[in-house]
Amino acid sequence: MEITVRETIKKTVLKHLKEKNGLILGQCLSAVGWVGGTIPELTEKEGVIELSMADVANGGIVVGAGLSNRRPIYVIRYQGFNWFNAPIILNYACKSKELWNVPCPIFIRGIAMEGSIGPVAGSSHCSLYYRMPGVKIISPMTPKEYKLAYKSFMNEDEVYYVSEHRASYGNHKELNDFLSDDVDIIIFSISITRFEAQKVKETLEKENLKIAIANILWIKPFEIKDQWLRTLEKSKHGGIILDDDYESGVASDMAYQLMKLSSKKVEVMGLKNQSAGFSKKSDNLPPNEKEIIKKIREIIKKNVNYKNTL
Amino acid sequence: MNKNFRLEIFKKASLCRNFEERVIENVNNKKITTPVYVSAGQEFIAATLSSICKKKKIKPLIFGQHRCHSTYLAFGGNIIKLIDELLGRESGCTKGKGGSASIHSKDINMFGHDGLMGSNGPIGVGACFATKKPTIIFLGDAAAEEDYVLGALGWASHKKLPILFIVEDNDLSILTKKSVRRNWNMKDVARSFKLEGHDIKDDPKEIEKHSNLFFKKPMLLNINTNRIYWHAGSGIDNKKTFDRFRNEKTKLGNQAIKIDEQYKINIKKLWKLQLEKQ
Repeated sequence: MEITVRETIKKTVLKHLKEKNGLILGQCLSAVGWVGGTIPELTEKEGVIELSMADVANGGIVVGAGLSNRRPIYVIRYQGFNWFNAPIILNYACKSKELWNVPCPIFIRGIAMEGSIGPVAGSSHCSLYYRMPGVKIISPMTPKEYKLAYKSFMNEDEVYYVSEHRASYGNHKELNDFLSDDVDIIIFSISITRFEAQKVKETLEKENLKIAIANILWIKPFEIKDQWLRTLEKSKHGGIILDDDYESGVASDMAYQLMKLSSKKVEVMGLKNQSAGFSKKSDNLPPNEKEIIKKIREIIKKNVNYKNTL
Repeated sequence: MNKNFRLEIFKKASLCRNFEERVIENVNNKKITTPVYVSAGQEFIAATLSSICKKKKIKPLIFGQHRCHSTYLAFGGNIIKLIDELLGRESGCTKGKGGSASIHSKDINMFGHDGLMGSNGPIGVGACFATKKPTIIFLGDAAAEEDYVLGALGWASHKKLPILFIVEDNDLSILTKKSVRRNWNMKDVARSFKLEGHDIKDDPKEIEKHSNLFFKKPMLLNINTNRIYWHAGSGIDNKKTFDRFRNEKTKLGNQAIKIDEQYKINIKKLWKLQLEKQ
């Protein structure tokens, strides 16, 4: 039986504690479910460290553990909690190597989820980290990608922000790019939107639209593959970036970078510019299949109209 | 406290004071052009603690705050590297990048400060937890008010870490007095977190009195002291400010006067030599 993302994370953490003298720290790690089944049921002596509810201080405590070269894994159960957890990580751990030649490697597991969970707990918030120097950001959605994230972290001495999504935990499949020189549009998708992108491709291809997919794993540094650019350049209607963070952060910056390197327009679709609440009515969810298809149709229509005016 | 030990502490304090006097001089003559946070007036805290650690043969992890020249020097930091740091040179202890407020030295286990007041509180707690090494965290009375410092105190207590929080309490946040900012004190806060907590003067004898428990249990000493110069820069707020250094020198007499004279000459020479390299 194929292994899921959940099992991969759990095994990775276990290896980190048992074989690498590592630590895993966070709030309510041992509470019901052990963070969605991603943490081995071990004790403090074995490296599972329960922190208090003082979020800002906890970020600092993890930085201190990072300085000691225990390579802490830090669990932030909802990515929005980074508003409190990130300050000392970004201002100390991410600067330490550059300023003092003291690496402070930390593997931050920022976990996203969606659906009636309020203004802070929902979605990804990578953009908080993205704008600061000294941090790498990766968003693995498959078992292989998660293994790659951990392996890269262990081979380097950087701060890693690992943008997870709970909805990927059950996934056991790898997600492949679909690239070609003859497409209508290319979708660049991040985090949970990658699963939606697959559905969009299937639906639109039934309408004879050709859709390419580029799966964005490395957010910072943003790894732009030559093949992606080639597909974008040769596409009829350019590209669209899908994100489960607000549009004005990572996604817009990526679109700008892609447009600088090509002659095509790249649109952005992410969270709406509104606050989420605790009910279905006030959710602010990442773009779904229906919304993405609508947007793609609009892009194509706009582009065709524009070309007709030339 | 015997006189020899007191003189040993005075030597370190004299090193720090004479260093800072030269810093002031070089700020005034514009040889130093970046902001400086001078620790003159507060030097007996670091001088006493470092002497106690030396006596106990303990080399602690040190998490200094922005006003940290005396911490660095008293614990054995290289003086030439500190001069170079303040002059913005690559040969400085932080490669000329940290300036006055981010002093760092692997040699003495001193970790640089990032400029976020009090961040060294939780960072030091984390380092102490992960290594179980004796750790000293220096905070100002204002930095100690940061919510994340309070969270860190609580967790250090819960984990019974071998840690010493030192609040260098000069009663001022820039120029705002403690009484304007709060109606509580750090000793009570520490005790409420079940830490060993005391409120004392920067008199070496008072500090030494508590040294038996250093690193045996988590402890906070709120040490009342005085800042001779401005928060940043070379001005003086109040000429009548009590000066522990002058007081100790008077009490210790001729031996201290001679020590101080010698440091004055030596440190002046060092600064002159380094400045000539510019």
